[in-house]
Amino acid sequence: MSKGKIKIKINGKKISCSEGDTILNAANRAGIKIPTLCHDYRLEPYGSCRFCSVEIKGMARLLPACTTPAADNMDISTDSETVQRIRTRLVSLMLSNHPNDCMRCEADGDCSLQDLAYEYNVDGSEYGGERWDLPIRQANPFITYEPNKCIVCGRCVRICNEVVMAGTIDFTGRGFNTVPDTAFRTARTLSNCEFCGQCVSTCPTGALTDKKGRGKGRAKDFKKVRTTCGYCGTGCNFFLNVKDNKVVKVTSDYNGPVNHGNLCIKGRYGYDFIHSPDRITKPLIKKGKKFVEASWDEALGLVAKKFSEILKKHGPDSCGAFSSSRCTNEENFLLAKFVRTVFKTNNVDNCARV
Amino acid sequence: MAVTKTRPKTELKKLLIKVCVGTGGLAAGSQAVLDKFSRQLKSGGIKAEITKKCTQRTGCRGFCAKDVLVDVIRNGKKSTYQFVDTDKVSRIIKEHIIGGTPVKEWLAGPEYEAFHSKGTKVLLKQCGEIDPEDIESYIETGGYKATKKALKMKPEQVIDLIKKSGLRGRGGAGFPTGQKWELCSNAEGSPKYIICNADEGDPGAFMDRSIIEGNPHSVLEGMIIGAYAFGASRGYVYIRAEYPVAITRLKLAIKEAEKKGFLGNNIGKSKFDFDIRIKEGAGAFVCGEETALIASIEGARGMPRSKPPFPVYQGLWGKPTVVNNVETLATVPLIVFKGPKWFSSIGTKTSKGTKVFALTGKIKNTGLIEVPMGITLKEIIYDIGGGCPGNRKFKAVQTGGPSGGCIPASHIDMPVDYESLQEIGSMMGSGGMVVMDDTTCMVDMARFFLDFAQNESCGKCLPCRVGNKRLYERLKDITEGKGREGDIEFLLSLAEDIKISSLCGLGQTSPNPVLSTIKYFRDEYDAHIREHRCPAGVCEAFRKYIVNAEICKMCGKCFKECPSGAITWKRKQPAFIDRDKCVKCGNCYEVCPFHAIL
Ligand SMILES: Cc1cc2nc3c(=O)[nH]c(=O)nc-3n(C[C@H](O)[C@H](O)[C@H](O)COP(=O)(O)O)c2cc1C
Ligand code: SF4
Ligand code: SF4
Ligand code: SF4
Ligand code: SF4
Ligand code: SF4
Ligand code: SF4
Ligand code: FES
Ligand code: FES
Repeated sequence: MSKGKIKIKINGKKISCSEGDTILNAANRAGIKIPTLCHDYRLEPYGSCRFCSVEIKGMARLLPACTTPAADNMDISTDSETVQRIRTRLVSLMLSNHPNDCMRCEADGDCSLQDLAYEYNVDGSEYGGERWDLPIRQANPFITYEPNKCIVCGRCVRICNEVVMAGTIDFTGRGFNTVPDTAFRTARTLSNCEFCGQCVSTCPTGALTDKKGRGKGRAKDFKKVRTTCGYCGTGCNFFLNVKDNKVVKVTSDYNGPVNHGNLCIKGRYGYDFIHSPDRITKPLIKKGKKFVEASWDEALGLVAKKFSEILKKHGPDSCGAFSSSRCTNEENFLLAKFVRTVFKTNNVDNCARV
Repeated sequence: MAVTKTRPKTELKKLLIKVCVGTGGLAAGSQAVLDKFSRQLKSGGIKAEITKKCTQRTGCRGFCAKDVLVDVIRNGKKSTYQFVDTDKVSRIIKEHIIGGTPVKEWLAGPEYEAFHSKGTKVLLKQCGEIDPEDIESYIETGGYKATKKALKMKPEQVIDLIKKSGLRGRGGAGFPTGQKWELCSNAEGSPKYIICNADEGDPGAFMDRSIIEGNPHSVLEGMIIGAYAFGASRGYVYIRAEYPVAITRLKLAIKEAEKKGFLGNNIGKSKFDFDIRIKEGAGAFVCGEETALIASIEGARGMPRSKPPFPVYQGLWGKPTVVNNVETLATVPLIVFKGPKWFSSIGTKTSKGTKVFALTGKIKNTGLIEVPMGITLKEIIYDIGGGCPGNRKFKAVQTGGPSGGCIPASHIDMPVDYESLQEIGSMMGSGGMVVMDDTTCMVDMARFFLDFAQNESCGKCLPCRVGNKRLYERLKDITEGKGREGDIEFLLSLAEDIKISSLCGLGQTSPNPVLSTIKYFRDEYDAHIREHRCPAGVCEAFRKYIVNAEICKMCGKCFKECPSGAITWKRKQPAFIDRDKCVKCGNCYEVCPFHAIL
């Protein structure tokens, strides 16, 4: 469907956008920032946190920018007094049912709620009243769930259902007691969960955290090293979170062009091998029945010698190379170049298949 | 066309017994009454006169407070009995059916007549008269004529007709029905759907249930006509599973309508295909909200979606969908049949036709009433409702259920229409009307509705999920004597913020009971907070359990009810409560006929 252009006004600034664009998208494109919380551009617009609410001339109520389509001649304000008042209200309401325990929290320094509490300078203490007192959930080998820190934005539920399509979690309970959980509050196990950690990655607070990294450091302690996943040919990008020269955990790179921050269990949690004592770090040459440690020169010399012998005896087509889908594009390119120019054959392939 | 089987009219003239077997009637034991009538008539040898059909299962006539109601029509003369139980059956048969003299003391009194004659029965006219389990009974009284008429018109003409009538949605917001159909008709996408909203979740409301139980075909007809008008090929009735009688009757009605060719393919040879399915809801209040209802039909958790986009553009399965209330749809065939002029002649300039209300609370005559729009509250409460029981002082009325607000006695001359109700801070809602007298505490009332709202909130959006909880908690504190200076301002500002920032109609309206009670009864809040006093004497925390010797009439009733021996009472002496022994059970407070206990 081809959509026409429409004209809107945001904070007095005239903007042209496409019909069907949400107010949020139109604003972002025009460089106007609207704070969001339940929004994740990988997910369908949802409108639950109401944090992106804006004032539209002629409307009695505020409307969320993330779900509301822009309409011709809309006159929008993203920072009016009412908008600011509602944002402050929302943050304080969130904090009124929150442990407010940043000093011990895994998410300290990497938590949207913490940032908002600081920005709006509220603590939610004016309400008094009930706070959740739900047990911490540790049964899953990769994910720790602290429901008391959940702000019920629904991002975990939606990513699990819309992107992963695993359907592991949904909202349970009603009213104040609404909280994301598995059916019948069973543990996330292999029978219902893929352990992809997508829910953890999208969680804006410390409610869902990577279990393996717990207690090993927080955002400010880490050096983030952007890298490509070594497990498959998709080539997902992510950040290795490094502290004291050790990889402590993997976090999403939302700007990764292939994966937009999405990862599977291997990429997100399969990093134990990096510091494994079993890891082979030097070439081994089989001598008799035993592998013996060797230098790189020695090993590569041996390989070159053997290939040369075969090529001389049986010709170029007697050799070929099969590359792993774990290799990067650059490595694959180099291998192909090598086979064609050194072996002088086209016998080259890769296991990556769709 | 199918030949209509005529009923044995002559026999009907002689003797007809109608027993109320609506949910109200059934709860009062009407099945047993009905069985006893047929058994006794049979064994009494009154066989030629009465056939099985004569004992019609009439739908609800809206006066359940007097159930079981039984009509005996003998020689064309109708007498209505109230509070009938199985013990009364024999005497009615002996004296009235055989003897010819109605049992006077059991007949429904003038209240029954007033209840029925003051209103304008248009929609409810057939409820209680026709047999809801027999399509012939409906057809005989003009049923499905409107459908046939509509199918001969062009769809646009049908929409036009509904627009001209001025019909507005009866589900709450009062959106013009014709306009809704037109929007959907012009919306891109197919197939299109029509959904009948029979979720009816307002506490105390049972208008929609009664219409479906008493006249299910009128609702089906409304759906068929609507579907034809804006081009829907499938209809759903979303009905709460707590309405088993309504569901059974609806299922039967659909089957019968299919048999008669009013549903199915090529209806009335007009090349119009349409079928209807029933979806039973699990009774969440929020599932009455149209987008949550749609999510529920789709098999998801019943949580509302942000609007826009509106369901007329993107509804069920993302297709153009009209959601209409039961009463709205049941009105449609009447408009098509009698014409828009007839309909718009009833009511006010902007609110046309009649509206059904469920009158409950502190009122003498509770039950269903149908009144023309624009009628004053005074007429409803005094002329139809008979005022408050015990001639207590009428204080306020809550319309619109938990979404509405209270209207104080000072506004009793106000007309009941969409705009007037909105203006005063309440709303039409789906038709609940709860009457309160001077024994109702307005803070406690607000607390009750907020408790409902915070329990029924779907939990999706923050202001409603947490905000309503905080409103409720503060109201609870006030009723428990823990109110503090500044609480009213706290409530007002939080309520306002919830209203403007919540996602769906539930959160947008749930603070109304707080706002309107503060607006009109702020002194009651002040009394609780500053004087530690509940003027209506409802909030138990403020009870002192002291006998006011000046009011005490020395009857000794409290003395007899006290479980802990805290009361001393001697003839000709006012009672005295030993507060050390008192366990605050409240018995004496409840039982004292003179409200002498503070
Ligand atoms: C919380 C909530 C509950 C509702 N419950 C009902 C209901 O029980 N029945 C109903 O017909 N409409 C209900 N509505 C209104 C519907 O969303 C919708 O507006 C209505 O069914 C449209 O029909 P109408 O145009 O015929 O009035 C409810 C709305 C809200 C916000
Ligand atoms: S989740 Fe965020 S706000 Fe909550 S304790 Fe942790 S860091 Fe603080
Ligand atoms: S780990 Fe993946 S599959 Fe498991 S709950 Fe989270 S998102 Fe769903
Ligand atoms: S666990 Fe995290 S992502 Fe899921 S709803 Fe709670 S705060 Fe949002
Ligand atoms: S206003 Fe309440 S009921 Fe409506 S979506 Fe929000 S939480 Fe759910
Ligand atoms: S409140 Fe109960 S225990 Fe106390 S005086 Fe009254 S009846 Fe007795
Ligand atoms: S019931 Fe009331 S009037 Fe009777 S003795 Fe007790 S306090 Fe007095
Ligand atoms: S970001 Fe728009 S409502 Fe949450
Ligand atoms: S069921 Fe008898 S009046 Fe309602």
